[in-house]
Amino acid sequence: MNAGHSTASEGGASLPIDGRDEKAFGFWVYLMSDAIIFALLFATYIVLVENTAGGPGGKELFSLSRVFTETMLLLASSATFGMATVAMVSGDRSGVVRWLLVTFILGAAFVAMELNEFAGMIAAGAGPDRSGFLSAFFVLVGTHGLHVSAGLIGIVFMCVQVVTKGLTVPVASRLYRLGLFWHFLDIVWIAIFSVVYLPGVLDG
Amino acid sequence: MDNTHPQHVPTRSTYATGLVLAVILTAIPFAIVAFGLLPRLPALIAIAVAAIIQVSVHLRYFLHLDFKHTPHENLAALFFAGFLIFIMVIGSIWIMFDLHDRMM
Repeated sequence: MNAGHSTASEGGASLPIDGRDEKAFGFWVYLMSDAIIFALLFATYIVLVENTAGGPGGKELFSLSRVFTETMLLLASSATFGMATVAMVSGDRSGVVRWLLVTFILGAAFVAMELNEFAGMIAAGAGPDRSGFLSAFFVLVGTHGLHVSAGLIGIVFMCVQVVTKGLTVPVASRLYRLGLFWHFLDIVWIAIFSVVYLPGVLDG
Repeated sequence: MDNTHPQHVPTRSTYATGLVLAVILTAIPFAIVAFGLLPRLPALIAIAVAAIIQVSVHLRYFLHLDFKHTPHENLAALFFAGFLIFIMVIGSIWIMFDLHDRMM
C-alpha cells in the first residue's frame, strides 16, 4: 500500500517530507525549544495580565475583528505554504514559487496589521512602558511577530533558491524546514488568540 | 495494518481538510466571545478546548505528525517539550498566584 508514496516523490528529488533526515530532526529540536520560550512568555503574560497599573486593559485595547482577520490571514498562509509543499513533492518549480509568493503576501499582511495595532496602542499611550500587562503583551505578541517576519525573509530566500538552483535535495530540505517553522508559528498564534485576545475581550 | 495513510505524503486535500477544520475551530471561540454566548467560566473552557483541538489539527494536517510514520525521536522531543512546558507554566502560575494571595 506504499505505492502511492513512491510515485508521489518520484516527480521531484527524493524529498525528506516526513522529517526523517537528521537536519529535519535538529530543526524539530529547535522548534521544541522555541515552543518552551513562547510557553514561558505565556506564563509571564498570565501572571502579569491583571497588573494594568490603572491603565487600559485588554477590553479597551483589543479589537476582535482585527484579531479574527489576522488569524484568517495566518491560517490561509499555512494552507498556501502547504500547497507550495505539494507542488515541491510533484516537482512543480513554478508552482512552488507561486504559492510561496501568495504565502509571503498573506504573511506580510499579517505583520502589517500587527504593526498597525502596535502603533495605534503606543500612540494612545498604551505602549510597553505603561504597565506590567502591556510589557508582557508586547513581548509575547511581538516575539511572535518577529518570528513571522523572519519567516518572510526565509520565504524570499527560498523563492530565490528555487528559481536559481531548482528543486535540488538541499533546497527541498530547506523548504521543508521553513514549512515546519511557518506551521509552528500558526500554532503559537492559536495560543495567542486563545490566551491573550479572547479572554481579554470576554465580559468579566 | 498498513492501509492508506494519506498524511504520510502531503496532498492538496490534506491541507484543505486542515484549513477547513482550523477555520471552524477558530470561528467557534470567536463567536462565543463576540456574541457573548456563554458566561465567563464556560466560555474560557470552550476557548481552551477549541484551542487544544485546533493545535492537534495543525499537528496532524499541517505538520503531518502521526504515530505510525513520524520518527520516534521527533515524538519524544515533542512530548518532552510538552512536559517541560507543563511544569514551567503551571508551576509559575501556581507559585505566583499563591504568592499574590499571601500578599493580600
